[in-house]
Amino acid sequence: MATTFAAAIRDGLATALAADPNVICFGLGTDDPKGVFGTTLDLHKQFGPERVFDMPTSEAAMTGFAIGAALNGMRPVMTHQRLDFALLSLDQLVNNAAKWRFMFGGKRGVPITIRMIIGRGWGQGPTHSQSLQSWFAHIPGLKVVMPTTAEDAKGLLLGAIFDDDPVIFLEHRWLHNMQGEVPAGDVRTPLGKARVVRQGDAVTIVAMSYMTVEALHAVDHLVAQGIACELIDLRIIRPLDWPTVITSVQKTGRLLALDSGHLTGGVAGEIVARIATDHFASLKSAPQRLAAPDVPEATSPALTKNYHVRAEHIAQAVGRILGRDVETASLVAQRTFPHDVPGTWFSGPF
Amino acid sequence: MNPETSRRLLFDMLRIRSVEETIAARYGEQKMRCPTHLSVGQEAVAAAAGAVLRPTDLAVSGHRAHAHYLAKGGSLKAMIAEIYGKVTGCARGKGGSMHLVDESVGFMGSTAIVGGTVPVGVGLSYPMKLNKTGQISCVFLGDAVPETGVFFESVNFAVVKRLPVLFLCENNGYSVYSPLSVRQPPGRKLSELVAGFGLETHHGDGNDARAVVAALSEGVAAIRAGEGPRFYEFETYRWREHCGPNYDNDIGYRAVAEFEAWKQRDPVPALQRALITEGIMTEADVADMQAEIDAEIGEAFAFAESSPFPPPEDAFTDVYASAAG
Repeated sequence: MATTFAAAIRDGLATALAADPNVICFGLGTDDPKGVFGTTLDLHKQFGPERVFDMPTSEAAMTGFAIGAALNGMRPVMTHQRLDFALLSLDQLVNNAAKWRFMFGGKRGVPITIRMIIGRGWGQGPTHSQSLQSWFAHIPGLKVVMPTTAEDAKGLLLGAIFDDDPVIFLEHRWLHNMQGEVPAGDVRTPLGKARVVRQGDAVTIVAMSYMTVEALHAVDHLVAQGIACELIDLRIIRPLDWPTVITSVQKTGRLLALDSGHLTGGVAGEIVARIATDHFASLKSAPQRLAAPDVPEATSPALTKNYHVRAEHIAQAVGRILGRDVETASLVAQRTFPHDVPGTWFSGPF
Repeated sequence: MNPETSRRLLFDMLRIRSVEETIAARYGEQKMRCPTHLSVGQEAVAAAAGAVLRPTDLAVSGHRAHAHYLAKGGSLKAMIAEIYGKVTGCARGKGGSMHLVDESVGFMGSTAIVGGTVPVGVGLSYPMKLNKTGQISCVFLGDAVPETGVFFESVNFAVVKRLPVLFLCENNGYSVYSPLSVRQPPGRKLSELVAGFGLETHHGDGNDARAVVAALSEGVAAIRAGEGPRFYEFETYRWREHCGPNYDNDIGYRAVAEFEAWKQRDPVPALQRALITEGIMTEADVADMQAEIDAEIGEAFAFAESSPFPPPEDAFTDVYASAAG
């Protein structure tokens, strides 16, 4: 059934709540009239206020609460309407959730799922737009999931909830209205495999979350110019599916790693480093990366115009890697809506 | 209090004191290679909690947790082996003194970040409430914890949801070397501060073990009956340095007279004298008790010493549920 990414998240939550009485779902605004962009809408009516509930503005304690509930048999799902608020809970995530299994010698894990929504554009500004997947991916003990499609939103969310480790589940706000086919039922996708979105032999493009959408525009645009790129949607940042990335690079000999986070210390840098150090012989040209610049995202639309990596930048980077000119003007011309929204569906405020 | 509870209280206090003093005496051997925070002087509150809590109740604690773990019934052998870094330790050598766990008796874990387990303890209580299990969750904490944001967030949520949580604060007057006077305004008790959140609080003498038991018994019954969380503050005193085996009254952060005054109020001989005076125990009973404790401690240290270290490859396990993680 075709549905939106946001509806697929709600479907996944409802499926998990129905499948297991130990699943609980909470976060600021979870049961309010907007239901976190529709992702939790009315779930409390179906599953009751003890299992689906709003919370005090206490990100740290409520994360610790989730950890404690998980240690006593529950599978909590906590939602942050923006990733940036979750930074208040880093001690609980890094020192407790990620370490519990290890520091107590494997006694017990912490099966929590922390949804964090990444904002972008339309004035989200410095503290509503951070894409910090590399921070979480740096921590042994955490898993990091970044779905792109509606199908993966549901499948990977179910996979995360029923995974026995703590999972940081990063949803890009610009994906919430993306349509896609979503299977019915309890379709749990294990947190292990990347997805090859387009097959090709020219350049391997590795993307995640909303960057996959931009990359898809670029890859499909380049086909008409005789360039077939292989596009990999990572889906899971940790554990990262290295075999899929390596197999592709061995085929194409060229790598372009994309990142919605900042350039320095980012996931794209890690991918470039791993391929360059361990698979240098497979490369025909120097691996490249495109990421958000090393400055915060500003608020004014005048200041965000050239901030993000877009399809034309990806296409141009492919051209540079291949040493040939590529046409991108028509790609830009297709975009009929302002640069700071994902489409005509989004008119703010967040 | 029935005589059996009194005897158990004294036994637990003597046992905790003797374990801690043995660790202090042997710490210099360089075989216990981890930061260790001893509870000498503070045994009464832990032992009282042990007397009041049921084995099925759950507990969490912080960095100074030996007494809490032992009073809750945690394995002494597994604790000493853990401090020795052995594979037979309660965390298989991955945690050390600051990460004790014995789920078989409901001691769910102690961690090193001040305040870090407070919300975890609150979370443990949520299924208890939903499923009406009759259990409670005990959060052991020190006087620095009601300075952390996460503590207040946790207390608030426990009150909002009327969760079965016992917040049990041992106020020993110092956060490392920092006295309460630089951390709290004059004249305001921690219990008064916490009372503002709308829960019953209590302040009492943490060196009077039987008074602590009496206070906690009433509170735990109320929590168990569904009346919501409570906060108990008991004043006590840490004799030895914040971290390590030594006395540190010479370095100048606290007065020797203060230490001596608290030492006069040593909770262990105080209870011992009272039980003998009241005819609940004899000197010979106490000697037998001490002998039993000393034998157990001797066995525990021998067990730790003779246990193997974890194999080197264990450094890379237990990160995820499956190795593929």
